[in-house]
Amino acid sequence: MREIDHEFLSLPLRALADAALQRARDLGADHADFRLERIRGQRLVLADGSVESSGETDSLGFAVRVVHNGTWGFAAGTELTTDAAAAVAAQAIDVAKVASVISTERIELAAEPAHRDATWVSSYEIDPFTVSVRDKTDLLAEWSRQLLADRRVSHVDAILLQAKEQKFYADTAGTTTTQQRVRLAPEVEIVSTSGGRLESMRTIAPPVGRGYEYVPTVAAELEELPELLAAKLAAPSVEPGDYDLVIDPSNLWLTIHESIGHATELDRALGYEAAYAGTSFATLDKLGSLRYGSPIMNVTGDRTVEHGLATVGYDDEGVATSSFELITDGILTGYQRDRRISHLTGHERSNGCAFADSPATMPIQRMANVSLAPDPRGPSTDELVRRVDNGIYVVGDRSWSIDMQRYNFQFTGQRFYQIRNGRITGQLRDVAYQASTTEFWNSMTALGGPETYVLGGAFNCGKGQPGQVAPVSHGCPSALFEKVRVLNTAQEAGA
Amino acid sequence: MSGVQSDESKRSTVSQSLPAQAVVERVLELSRASDCMVLVNENSTANLRWAGNSLTTNGVTRSREVTVISLVEGDKGTSVGAVSRSGLRDDQLAELVTASEEAARQAPAAEEARPLLAPEAAATATAAWDGAPASTDIGVFSGFAPALGGAFERSGAAGTQLYGYAEHTMASTFFGSSTGVRLRHDQPTGTVELNAKSADPAHSTWVGRATRDFADVDVAALEAELSRRIGWARNRVDLPAGRYETLLPPEAVADMMVNLYWNMGARDSFEGRTAFSASRGGTRVGERLAKLPLTLRSDPAEPGLECEPFVLADAPGRRISAFDNGLPISGAKWISDGELSRLVQTHDSAVLTALPLTPHTGNLILEEPKATASLEEMIAGTERGLLVTCLWYIRSVDPRTMLLTGLTRDGVYLVEDGEVRGAVNNFRFNESPVGLLQRATEVGRTVPALSRELGDYFSRTAMPPLRIPDFNMSTVSQAS
Repeated sequence: MREIDHEFLSLPLRALADAALQRARDLGADHADFRLERIRGQRLVLADGSVESSGETDSLGFAVRVVHNGTWGFAAGTELTTDAAAAVAAQAIDVAKVASVISTERIELAAEPAHRDATWVSSYEIDPFTVSVRDKTDLLAEWSRQLLADRRVSHVDAILLQAKEQKFYADTAGTTTTQQRVRLAPEVEIVSTSGGRLESMRTIAPPVGRGYEYVPTVAAELEELPELLAAKLAAPSVEPGDYDLVIDPSNLWLTIHESIGHATELDRALGYEAAYAGTSFATLDKLGSLRYGSPIMNVTGDRTVEHGLATVGYDDEGVATSSFELITDGILTGYQRDRRISHLTGHERSNGCAFADSPATMPIQRMANVSLAPDPRGPSTDELVRRVDNGIYVVGDRSWSIDMQRYNFQFTGQRFYQIRNGRITGQLRDVAYQASTTEFWNSMTALGGPETYVLGGAFNCGKGQPGQVAPVSHGCPSALFEKVRVLNTAQEAGA
Repeated sequence: MSGVQSDESKRSTVSQSLPAQAVVERVLELSRASDCMVLVNENSTANLRWAGNSLTTNGVTRSREVTVISLVEGDKGTSVGAVSRSGLRDDQLAELVTASEEAARQAPAAEEARPLLAPEAAATATAAWDGAPASTDIGVFSGFAPALGGAFERSGAAGTQLYGYAEHTMASTFFGSSTGVRLRHDQPTGTVELNAKSADPAHSTWVGRATRDFADVDVAALEAELSRRIGWARNRVDLPAGRYETLLPPEAVADMMVNLYWNMGARDSFEGRTAFSASRGGTRVGERLAKLPLTLRSDPAEPGLECEPFVLADAPGRRISAFDNGLPISGAKWISDGELSRLVQTHDSAVLTALPLTPHTGNLILEEPKATASLEEMIAGTERGLLVTCLWYIRSVDPRTMLLTGLTRDGVYLVEDGEVRGAVNNFRFNESPVGLLQRATEVGRTVPALSRELGDYFSRTAMPPLRIPDFNMSTVSQAS
């Protein structure tokens, strides 16, 4: 296992925590936690092989969160002195006092054993911030030049996002955790504008919690991209109607994210996100009885899987992470929770789903890696295709949208292959699929085997006010869905 | 005894004592690059969030971010490196400058590189260079919070639950360049959103406002509007998917027009990637987009919507570029009398497209100067149609047509014979803002309007209500 960078460990982590927590105690806090973070980000964007944008961010700061007389107070600062840490703690208490005037719900947190001096580092080989910008841009530029050499390609966009997150957490119960993780998202998209038409084709390699060693693997997809784009340009426009869909993990992860991941966040189900992100049809009264999907459907929340984007040792409330059931044999059996929501709903412990996206934001309940289990003896993707008479094989994600209670969704993709009598006959254009969540998951009649399983994901899941973004992965196999509504997007636009 | 073990209590701590202006000068002194730009952003925020008639979260933050943009001359041209850091100690400025210069040396030459602006070509600062950054704190809610508490009490008594969020930010930006430009801009930004959920009738409705200081936020007026809409929901009407005559209030129009504005990049349009690309190459500038004489414009001096009147970018980019930092922004009419007249430009894209240099501006106004009708008057003039107050989860489906999909939310109503008859189920829509402008048959009076979905990122908007004869409701959503 890699070690936490000395540069981070050399910061006055414990001195600042001591100062802040002691001041909070002195001012009467029932609970206080201190979180100091350094988050580095690097974003490289190349357009047609030239660097369009290259920027680095490096955020260092700390936050103090208190519960004072049953009310939250939160404040954040950046000056790394013990005086400043104590002052921010006092500010958090002041905020709690102001807030108490309009707070009617008493804040209490589910208990968590103290984790003293715990450390955790994610699984990676090469820290992306040790690789020079020149090496990275040279690689992306070379990929771009290769693709631009194909006359069918008008433009190439290449993007590499990288992040390194270091967090120190301490609370008045005695927990002290120090953690470090890295993640990156490489993406290459080619565009054709020939003949006044616009089409694009993008790599489907997912963002991952890995090191730079992952980036070169994307090259394996590049060679076929121009042909895939040309086939898409030549493809017939889809006839709208009901189709059987074989959905590849490169597309299905996003459907899981929107229709299961967010729907099983208990803060949403209880209404705490009602004004913004929304609520959930999967309300608490349906726990244990809601037929979410067909009996072959088993979904877990997990913050421990290797290379997962939401994977971490301890969450931002000092809770040791775990894996837990959300949907079992098609029935809703669990939720994602943080400490406040866990206490509110009678759970002894949180299942570790608190996350803050910066030193200046308050932890909120965020998504674990929510994943659909494969059928241990399930078929290959080809075998799933052979089972379909009239359908579409969906690959890669693109457009997504779902309503605020997570019922009605619409997704597009990178490429859609027509299936006739068990065989792929070519691509289709202008495809979107649209369904209602439980109707869709109950139409799932077959799951692919473990060899079809891929851990997909996103860097930028948004939630909360002030808005926060979180990285999250979703694993799934290929899967077969029967009679899903397919739209023609050109017709929807009035063509 | 603290619960946290301390083995570092004797370690010397570090400070940020230099004022922002001194940071600018220090960075420029340290720079060994051919040219250098530095931005110091001093931000303070305060926020309140509530649910079920009770505060849920809150916070105050204060931060400083320093961005150093180094330009290095090489054999093949000028390369650029941009590095931003927050939480920076005074003694780390040299390290930041070095990191920026190293990033520039490692980067290939930037095709869009151009000489930095001289002071005589740059804009005029909107705030005096000297002086402490403008700031906000929890006190900004001193009048608002008690009023909100009163609203909670009244709502509880009425069986209604209030949800929502209020945020206030003060951002002071200090910009300096090695060519001698010094500019400062102080930007207040505030928003408040109030969502009411009633049990009888079962209904959810939303109102939102932008504000510069919360002094003008009238909680009672917001409550009254929520109550009016809950009253509309006493009747429930289920309607199928289809195309409906639809009234879009200013807030819903803001959602669609901000999406449109973000797709008005000149370079992307020139390259054939947007709805403003001409089918035979080039852009559609000069083409008629709307039957009505609508104007879509930006103006940094627009009363109530004031924003920075010069370019401030932390990196080069296609839509807004650090190479243009300090460039005056005087605003633009993006659509003039229904005709596409300008696109969002960088200096580089303006050369490429041979169109006027009209940079991105931080506000947006859609108007028909002769339109006087209020939304209420447009409702009164409706024989049968939908009133769609909120749009949500709007995503691009097809960039070439700018087809967007999304949902209606928190208030769809049936209007018949000039009156609101009841609340209607929600829908998924598939629509293009370009198509809406083409097909709009009536426009009302422009008023300040906060986009429901995008107001967090782009709150300075003023929009009119629009009448669309055939809004495409693609399917029914069960969400309520």
